[in-house]
Amino acid sequence: MTSVLHRVVQKVQREKAEPILGQNRLVANLLGLLTWVIGLIFFFPLFWLVLNGFKEEIDANSTPKLFFDPTLDRFSEVTEDTPGVLTFTEAFSNSVWIVAISTILVIVLAVPAAYSLAIRPMKKWRDILFFFISTKFLPIVGAIMPLWIIARDLDLLNTRTVLIILYTAMNLPLAVWMLRSFFAEVPKELIEAAQMDGCNLWGQLKSVVLPIVAPGLAATALLCVIFAWNEFFLAVQLNPVNGSTMPVWVASQESGRGNFLAKLSAASVLATLPVVVAGWVAQKRMIRGLAMGAIK
Amino acid sequence: MATVRYEAASRIYPGTDIAAVDSLDLDIADGELLVLVGPSGSGKSTALRMLAGLETVNEGSIFIDDVDVTLKPPQDRDIAMVFQNYALYPSMTVAENMGFALKQAKVPKEKRDEQVREAARILDLEPFLDRKPKNLSGGQRQRVAMGRAIVRHPKVFLMDEPLSNLDAKLRVQTRTELADLQARLGVTTVYVTHDQVEAMTMGHRVAVLKDGKLQQVDEPRALYARPANRFVAGFIGSPAMNIVDVSSDGSTLQIAGAEVPITDDVRRDLHAAGAGMYAVGVRPEHLLAGPPGEGVISGEVSVVEELGSEAFVHVRVDFGDEDHLLVVRAPGETSIRRGDTVSITFDGPAHVFAATGERLGD
Repeated sequence: MTSVLHRVVQKVQREKAEPILGQNRLVANLLGLLTWVIGLIFFFPLFWLVLNGFKEEIDANSTPKLFFDPTLDRFSEVTEDTPGVLTFTEAFSNSVWIVAISTILVIVLAVPAAYSLAIRPMKKWRDILFFFISTKFLPIVGAIMPLWIIARDLDLLNTRTVLIILYTAMNLPLAVWMLRSFFAEVPKELIEAAQMDGCNLWGQLKSVVLPIVAPGLAATALLCVIFAWNEFFLAVQLNPVNGSTMPVWVASQESGRGNFLAKLSAASVLATLPVVVAGWVAQKRMIRGLAMGAIK
Repeated sequence: MATVRYEAASRIYPGTDIAAVDSLDLDIADGELLVLVGPSGSGKSTALRMLAGLETVNEGSIFIDDVDVTLKPPQDRDIAMVFQNYALYPSMTVAENMGFALKQAKVPKEKRDEQVREAARILDLEPFLDRKPKNLSGGQRQRVAMGRAIVRHPKVFLMDEPLSNLDAKLRVQTRTELADLQARLGVTTVYVTHDQVEAMTMGHRVAVLKDGKLQQVDEPRALYARPANRFVAGFIGSPAMNIVDVSSDGSTLQIAGAEVPITDDVRRDLHAAGAGMYAVGVRPEHLLAGPPGEGVISGEVSVVEELGSEAFVHVRVDFGDEDHLLVVRAPGETSIRRGDTVSITFDGPAHVFAATGERLGD
């Protein structure tokens, strides 16, 4: 036991940052404390959300209680299948399907766009880049009416397809912007070397460029996943009944009568978990990619 | 094995009027190591990249083995290039880096491995085949870049300042190894550098470029002994040739009141050209510094650069209207000190250039 404790203390000491030369100790410690306080302020609501998910409604709605009998009942309540209502299974599989397909589409479309903008820029490439981002200027509320009418006329209301299309369109400009800046960091000589080595365009991309931009690709994909997973407005407007996603399902846990805070918390936890996992996985990939090393 | 020929090849970058490479004519023999040298902005790298297929040739043509490659993409030219920053693929091991071109050419794995091992043996890279480039030193990376070029037995090697990222000592060592390797493999090589010492020591022939124009192409010795114009005279040789502007009546040339020795053919050309401004060039080794009174030009020593085997003495000479520094080579362990007054003697004929920069005489 003591040896374990000893090791932990050693580890903490090792990881403690070296003071910067000329830095005031007191200021440094206060700044460290401030960081902790800010961190806790950010973390606390999430912590409370998770706690609430394990409470009885009565506990969740009364004076804040830190100690209580944890229960999984809220989780089983929210995941119960009630006919006629958007169920957890349905919403979850819709979300996974829509997010996965739209993110893959975004990456597949954004990679060639970013390649050409960064590595073989044509005339006026800045204008093209600006055009991409300009598609995000209009608030989505301003476009919902025509979107709804088009979706209705194409028989796409209440389908996964409509959200796949819209989420792809929503994330594409951002992905092109991000990937362009990652691609721009690939040394030109590497691509030239690949050309001299007899690589065609696809070979250059696959063997040389993509391994280098992999961390950027992971970061971009993660962001697309998060944005698509959390999107609420389009989902609730276009797919209020069928083909809807997790955020709509979470919102549906609110009820007109009775307490629902604990239930809502449990639902929120379930809706958040996949994003956290995706972030964790992508982060590992990002770090591995970044550690791969530079050119010189 | 291949020959390379530039025929009036020009490169004009979009948005500019001035040619980065201006109608370059160059014939490179099979197995030759030709060095392109010049100051930055002279177009030497552009000329190399035109041959590589990485730059468009706007006018003229380029031939490899008498085949017009002007419009061929790099991958169809069968050439290998060593880049200044080596451009090793960071995600691949040394072996994968070296074998990449063979893999692209669909060479079977066993044959590929064999060729990679062979190249690694030549370059002493065998212990590092499984390492990633980031785990190699600068010199090892340079050798991997070389290995990547030699492994595929291309028609032509292109090298774009391959030694400029090495430290001074390693650069000199690698320079020799590279020249030796090229001679052993006998592959036609075009080598770009801004370092005239590298150019002189490595090149079978050296092509000097300035502002996109070829100034002179010749063997290093000839380039040094008979520079075709004032620019080449000043660029080749370290320390640089002393070049002084003088006005002449068309019969003799004088600097600081002393007559400059010239050869008969220079005198003939001078007579023909008549009176006007000329530039007189004298290499430091063609000047001798002695005690006051012995020589023809006297001046005060401002700096003595002692290099061990020799010394370079910078002498401030009064030219009437302005002072001028003349660099004189002296033997090592010279007794000349800063502040001494010395007298300079000519020890060989001078180079003379017309106002246009062209050389007078043969």
